[in-house]
Amino acid sequence: MTAPAENPGRGDAPRPVLTVEGLTIQVATPDGAKPVVEDLGFTLNRGETLCLAGESGSGKSMTALAIMGLLPQPMARITRGSIRLADGTELAGRSEREFRDIRANRISMIFQEPMTSLNPVMTIGRQLTEVLLEHDACTRAEAPGRALDLLRDVQITDAERRLTQYPHELSGGMRQRVMIAIALACNPEILIADEPTTALDVTVQAEVLELIRALQREHGTTVLMITHDMGVVAEMASRVVVMRNGRQEEAAPVRALFAEPRTPYARELLDAVPRLGRAPDRPAPDRTRDVVDVADLTVRFPMRGGVLNRVKAQVHAVEGVSFRVAPGETLALVGESGCGKSTIGKALLGLVPWQGSIRIDGQQMAGLSPKGLKPIRRNIQMVFQDPGASLDARMTVGRQVAEPLQVHDLARGSELQDRVAWLFRRVGLTPDQMDRYPHEFSGGQRQRICIARALALRPKVIVADESVSALDVSVQAQVLDLMRELQQEEGLAYLFISHDMAVIDQVADRVAVMNLGQIVETGSREQVLRDPAHAYTRRLLSAVPVPDPEHVRPPVLPREGGVGSPVWPLGQAPERQDLHEIAPGHWVARPRRTRAA
Amino acid sequence: MTEATAEAPAAGRPRGTGAVLRDLLRRPRSAFGLIVIVLMVGAAVFAPWIMPYDPNDQMFDGLSLEGAPLPPSGQFWLGTDLLGRDLFSRLILGAQTSLIIGVLANGIAVVVGATVGITAGYFGGWIGGILMRFTDLMMAFPALLLAIVLAAIFKPSLLIVAMVIAMVNWVQMARVIYTETRSLAQREFIEVQRAMGSSTLRILGRHILPHLVYSIIVFGTLGISTTVLLEATLSYLGVGVQPPTPSWGNIIFENQTYFANAPWLVFFPGLAIVLLALAFNLLGDALRDTLDPRLKGRH
Repeated sequence: MTAPAENPGRGDAPRPVLTVEGLTIQVATPDGAKPVVEDLGFTLNRGETLCLAGESGSGKSMTALAIMGLLPQPMARITRGSIRLADGTELAGRSEREFRDIRANRISMIFQEPMTSLNPVMTIGRQLTEVLLEHDACTRAEAPGRALDLLRDVQITDAERRLTQYPHELSGGMRQRVMIAIALACNPEILIADEPTTALDVTVQAEVLELIRALQREHGTTVLMITHDMGVVAEMASRVVVMRNGRQEEAAPVRALFAEPRTPYARELLDAVPRLGRAPDRPAPDRTRDVVDVADLTVRFPMRGGVLNRVKAQVHAVEGVSFRVAPGETLALVGESGCGKSTIGKALLGLVPWQGSIRIDGQQMAGLSPKGLKPIRRNIQMVFQDPGASLDARMTVGRQVAEPLQVHDLARGSELQDRVAWLFRRVGLTPDQMDRYPHEFSGGQRQRICIARALALRPKVIVADESVSALDVSVQAQVLDLMRELQQEEGLAYLFISHDMAVIDQVADRVAVMNLGQIVETGSREQVLRDPAHAYTRRLLSAVPVPDPEHVRPPVLPREGGVGSPVWPLGQAPERQDLHEIAPGHWVARPRRTRAA
Repeated sequence: MTEATAEAPAAGRPRGTGAVLRDLLRRPRSAFGLIVIVLMVGAAVFAPWIMPYDPNDQMFDGLSLEGAPLPPSGQFWLGTDLLGRDLFSRLILGAQTSLIIGVLANGIAVVVGATVGITAGYFGGWIGGILMRFTDLMMAFPALLLAIVLAAIFKPSLLIVAMVIAMVNWVQMARVIYTETRSLAQREFIEVQRAMGSSTLRILGRHILPHLVYSIIVFGTLGISTTVLLEATLSYLGVGVQPPTPSWGNIIFENQTYFANAPWLVFFPGLAIVLLALAFNLLGDALRDTLDPRLKGRH
């Protein structure tokens, strides 16, 4: 575990390996050329980690692509400036052919989504040896051995077996490790990492970040890291360049930036970052009655196979989960991807078949026909993660917000118009935006539209499934504020599904931690986040990056037992977790007896 | 307000037919397509008034002294055929047949294909399985053979030929629409609709269909040209529209043997078919771009 202070390269006289000067990149748009990066300059010193930080549209990824010679052709091009390697090699304006030598040998890059970066029909071993042979890094006979060494280098378990596996057989974290191995195959001087951990769970993110640091120590590789996450910046960077709208806002050593940001934008950005343990107090909700009462909820998906396409096994996505939410209260469901938290949200809205009992505002949903469900649906609505995907691109937003009212026949004609206009104002938009299409709005505005649509029926409960995860931090804070305000004024209850502990800390009254389809710990926000009792919760919390460079994060706690799998053969089911109360309202699963997965 | 919302305020409004038409005329390619189609439809509708001669009149002066057809000249603009009939007049009347077949047969094919595709794609399961296996079966069967068999069973007439062509042509449409509906049905905004309690009919009509309109237009216009070509093939094989009613296809069929001596008899009807197909393709492509709110303003 290295604090930034111990990063190699610090303290030595800085030796630049890459110099960017006056870089300007233009992108062709229907309205003419538009600069996406303007007059950007920085130097990358040997062995250090430089972070390009900024929100979406800040030009940070474009800069990385320009360095790699991967700008989308012919829409984007470098119009001015230079990108020079240490030996004076100029990269700007180089041909594709000349770039091939530079890539992999001198600079390589890893991307956000390792699944799409790997070829799905080639084994890991072949993809590694291909890179080695393409760049003449070794002879054909040596290649398999070198590939194995590379996989060991990135600390993959069972390296020999992985060589013969295909990308889909590996987990997200392992895939990113393979990508790093491929990137480092030819020992480049510079590694560009574009949001390398954004698609990964926090625990896996912590492991991958640690790996990058370890490799950097061993090989002295210089890292240019592109990220929007100030927690990752604090943990990884020696120096930071904060970008906004294609321009450099501030460049500073990481400690100076976090301690005393000089520009207002950097300050704003840092202030907007949600921090664990710094959440405002929340008013105590009225716990005398429950608006959501879920008991013994189970969701299983059949897995078919064989010649007769019969059900061979079942995915136990949710297994015997019970919880309650009071009016005006927020219950957060948290866990790693695949733990079943989103499935619970879908079950509540009747989008997946389920067993057990779900009561919304006292009304039982089990066994009802679609027609019988319709009145209950008015009380529960959902806001999804990606506002772009949950809005119909071919319908004006005004009509989309009006739809729930039409479907439930609650308003028509001018009354409908008035209600929609009121909803638009309610979420901080103006009614004159009603006639526009979704693509004309920013991500934050689109999420406001989705919230307006969810509010149209005056529901008592809103299921927010990762509703702010896709938004930039500053926008995230605004949307969270809106949700909080609505909760106070309307007495809304939220079921807030998220993987982001810091966000949960901001919004939740109570937290339920899920693993493999079951709740392993539940209690008030203070109980679960400040005083976690279950090993799984502790491990999750230990992995959260802290946006403070002074903070030295202890190593991520090891996982207890195996990873486990929610897939069980027909007739078998996982052992039910037995919750017991260790403090008033704080329930924890008993330590699990080890079982064969 | 971000830059995205600050652009020309009128641009985002749903546009009327007039605006779409103006947009189509502004693009050179779609303007060409539109003009060709208007001219051909005009020719078909006003055929009795604009035909210089009676298309079925075997004129005495329409043949040379040796009895051979005449090449294009001031008197017969596109020349005459083997029986001394004016080719230009026959082409104009043939436009009627070809366009009726094109619109009717293709219309039926589009409706049937889209219905099958949407039903199979949205509901999936055994309904989708049965419908798509049937579609595969139709696809695997040689289309021309099927058309010949059907045309041989029923006595060829304009309506029967149109039905036969429709039965052969709906398959591609069903395949395309099926694939698209399947991916649409799993999208989040459809899930939102189901969570809202919208009826299946509403989801299909308001949210699935608008996304498919563009594929339907493109494949529909593409279909018009294949339809006209298929009719030409059927006519060429003698199981299409029966003489003396002219269609572009049977004009080629009647005159093919004299291709070497009288090339204009094959060239001009062939050109008409190619022009019609091209015009509909260009228009279809442009319509798709014009109607997509996300692509507005781009040329």
